[in-house]
Amino acid sequence: MTDTDLGIAPPESQLRAVWAQFRKHKGAMIGLIILVLLVIFSIFGPMVWNPEKLSVAEALKLKNKPPALAYPMGTDQLGRDVMQRMMYAGRVSLAVGFVAMVIAIVLGTTIGIIAGYFKRLDGWLMRLTDLFLALPLIPLLLVMVMLFRDRMAGVLGPEGGAFVLIVFAIGVTSWMHAARIVRGEVLALKEREYVLASRAIGATSRRVILRHILPNVISPVMVAATLGVAEAIITESVLSFLGLGFPPDFPTWGRILFEGLEYITLYPERVIFPGLAISLTVLSVNLIGDGLRDALDPRIRGR
Amino acid sequence: MMMKSALLGAVAALGLAPAAFAERGADGHVNVLYWQAPSILNPYLSSGTKDVETSSLILEGLAGFDEKGVVFPRLAESVPTVENGGVSADLTQITWKLKAGLLWSDGTPVTSKDAKFTWEYCTHPEGGCAQAARYEGIKSIDTPDDLTIVITFDAPKPNPYQAFVGGTSPILQAAQFANCLGAAASTCTDQNFKPIGTGPFMVKDFKVNDVVELEANPNYRDPAKPAFATMTVKGGGDAQAAARAVMETGEFDYAWNTQINPEMQAQMAAAGKGVLLNGFGTLVERIEMNMTNPDPALPEGERSTPKHPHPFLSDIRVRKALSMAIDRQILVDIGYGSAGRPTCNIVPAPEMFASDNTDCLKQDMEGAKALLEEAGWTDSDGDGVRDKDGAKLKILYQTSTNPVRQDFQAVIKDWWTELGVEVELKNIDASVFFGGDAGSPDTFQKFYSDVEMYANNFDGTDPEPYLGQYLCDKIPGPDNQWQGENINRFCDPAYDALWNELSKTADIAKRAEIAKKLNDMLTKDSYTVVALVDRGRLSAAANTLGGVVLNTWDTELWNAQDWFRVK
Repeated sequence: MTDTDLGIAPPESQLRAVWAQFRKHKGAMIGLIILVLLVIFSIFGPMVWNPEKLSVAEALKLKNKPPALAYPMGTDQLGRDVMQRMMYAGRVSLAVGFVAMVIAIVLGTTIGIIAGYFKRLDGWLMRLTDLFLALPLIPLLLVMVMLFRDRMAGVLGPEGGAFVLIVFAIGVTSWMHAARIVRGEVLALKEREYVLASRAIGATSRRVILRHILPNVISPVMVAATLGVAEAIITESVLSFLGLGFPPDFPTWGRILFEGLEYITLYPERVIFPGLAISLTVLSVNLIGDGLRDALDPRIRGR
Repeated sequence: MMMKSALLGAVAALGLAPAAFAERGADGHVNVLYWQAPSILNPYLSSGTKDVETSSLILEGLAGFDEKGVVFPRLAESVPTVENGGVSADLTQITWKLKAGLLWSDGTPVTSKDAKFTWEYCTHPEGGCAQAARYEGIKSIDTPDDLTIVITFDAPKPNPYQAFVGGTSPILQAAQFANCLGAAASTCTDQNFKPIGTGPFMVKDFKVNDVVELEANPNYRDPAKPAFATMTVKGGGDAQAAARAVMETGEFDYAWNTQINPEMQAQMAAAGKGVLLNGFGTLVERIEMNMTNPDPALPEGERSTPKHPHPFLSDIRVRKALSMAIDRQILVDIGYGSAGRPTCNIVPAPEMFASDNTDCLKQDMEGAKALLEEAGWTDSDGDGVRDKDGAKLKILYQTSTNPVRQDFQAVIKDWWTELGVEVELKNIDASVFFGGDAGSPDTFQKFYSDVEMYANNFDGTDPEPYLGQYLCDKIPGPDNQWQGENINRFCDPAYDALWNELSKTADIAKRAEIAKKLNDMLTKDSYTVVALVDRGRLSAAANTLGGVVLNTWDTELWNAQDWFRVK
């Protein structure tokens, strides 16, 4: 046989193809840009925007200022610059959101695939999932925080300890939906011809899962993951509000939002900015997830 | 001629109108909002303020406290004292005389038997009476005739105005509650929800945890009162919504406990429909210093116990410096506005018991720094935190979760950081912090931190039991399930001795003098308790509601019989 030119461009790398398709998704690109901006705002913002530290009495003279050039987001009831607090808060909120989501997704996908693929483990793992679904989150966190906070704080400092504890707590209590979705997909996928064919030629379970099943469950996982980020940020807010989260002088978007709630009628911007930050993060992550799902699906990618 | 007489009649009617409110029920309806809804109308089965205060519209004691904390007679003819012979010289007996001709709202006469029955009701060994403390130390109650009540105490009682005085210990009708003694108390739904009383109002309808409908008591002792024919006490919402209902929308005439931030206070006052009333009682927001070591490295059961004194807070100079660095007026402005004022005392009222201790009111940062230098705390490694013998001046500062407290924490942390103290903040859910669960490490009694902040007050007008909380034997610890009241683990034999003297002194001026001394020993002489803000009570009344006087010594509805509609 001789080489035949089929008139098709040489096969590009898969990553490049995914990126090309992703770029075509307008919403996803907007989401990506917003998210990158929010990350830059939080990580590099404090290096650029660093208002002078005022004494308490001086700061109080500047309390409750509306947004202006000197204070782009105004000042709070203690005269602190809201923008600076938003930046520091963003670091924590984004980190909590993403790390907790990664933990939840890794756990959920693993358990979902194992349950779906291995029939013998299915019943046990799904009952475990039900058990976790039935666990009330807040009391569980209360117990965890009570038991481990001092110990964690001793090892990692009060903020580090709280971070690890919260991220872990949110992670282990929010993987169940991902696990259920993945199991359902896997149950359907493993009866498909290509999986049967692969098994027929003697591929190990490991190979079948990694090569044929995992790439095909990516899209529902992505959707679950994006929703997970939002949920994690909000759960962290609830915890901080109950006094179970970070120390009170450690701002997070959720905490700023709750602090502002009391002043909502007088200074609505106190609620709008943190609320906007949380919504934008959630929205952009959702859009990115949407785009990624399309980009990762070969059937859509070809079109 | 006809015309003239008609005009004259109209003039006469106009002239009589102002006197109209002096007639029972002439002013129609009044709406009261208790945002924590009343759940029972028997104060002996609930210690909730909302229940006690709502019940006080219906049930009354022999006497009450007025807005200055002075005892005044209600059902009694006069207040018995040693001078008028009502209290025996050895302080073991008090004799009350009922007014003649008093009737319950069902028309039957009030007798001394009812009072005696009430005492039996509350002290029944099988009943869980919420106000049992009011009847402590009573040996017997005798009723020589229908109008005379003789209370005999086990031991001399310098403050005999406990039983049957104030909204927390009213007199129940013996006939109605006869079958509700002991264990049966809580099963008497009819009695507990619709008690028969002597107060200005009686219950028409009661929906638990929602609304109480009341109407004027036809047998109230003053035929001209109350001016309102009916009253609604509604529950639900929160402090802010309650304030708004009176101050902005005008749906209600009176709202209880409308504790809102100063910004809101100003905004709502501007709406012009009502006024915020504030009265100062004994509630003081304070920072408590831990005299013992809360180090987590210590074994459980020894942490925060007198076995290990605090490494640096046991030095008075450190405690004093921490207090000096605080500007209390700023705290008031941030958190309470007109409902607070700076204080250095833990007994800020009644006036005769309040010490003239005002040294702490002025912030003195330089003085505080000098004091720490003198105590040997210097910043030897230049990191902004003072140290001594290799140990850093680091404080864990905890309080309950509450927006005002978190603002206080942030501001006080700033001051202490300026002083060269490293501060770690911690806030704990109020239900855990004040929950008193011996198994939780986060209760205020366990005090597993260096300093903590909360507010406390005392019931009634006499600070003796309150000051008694700081005795050596009241220290919470593992041996008493952490239930002591001496949160600071303060222990001074001289204090104990002086308190014992107080408990034996009857002369009121002498008592006040000792109480002031005790207050000073805890505050300016030792800085064990660093008082911050004297918190007032804040309630809202509509401009059209007249006769309201906010009383912090008894129930807020203490003079509802005198309320009227401003025309």
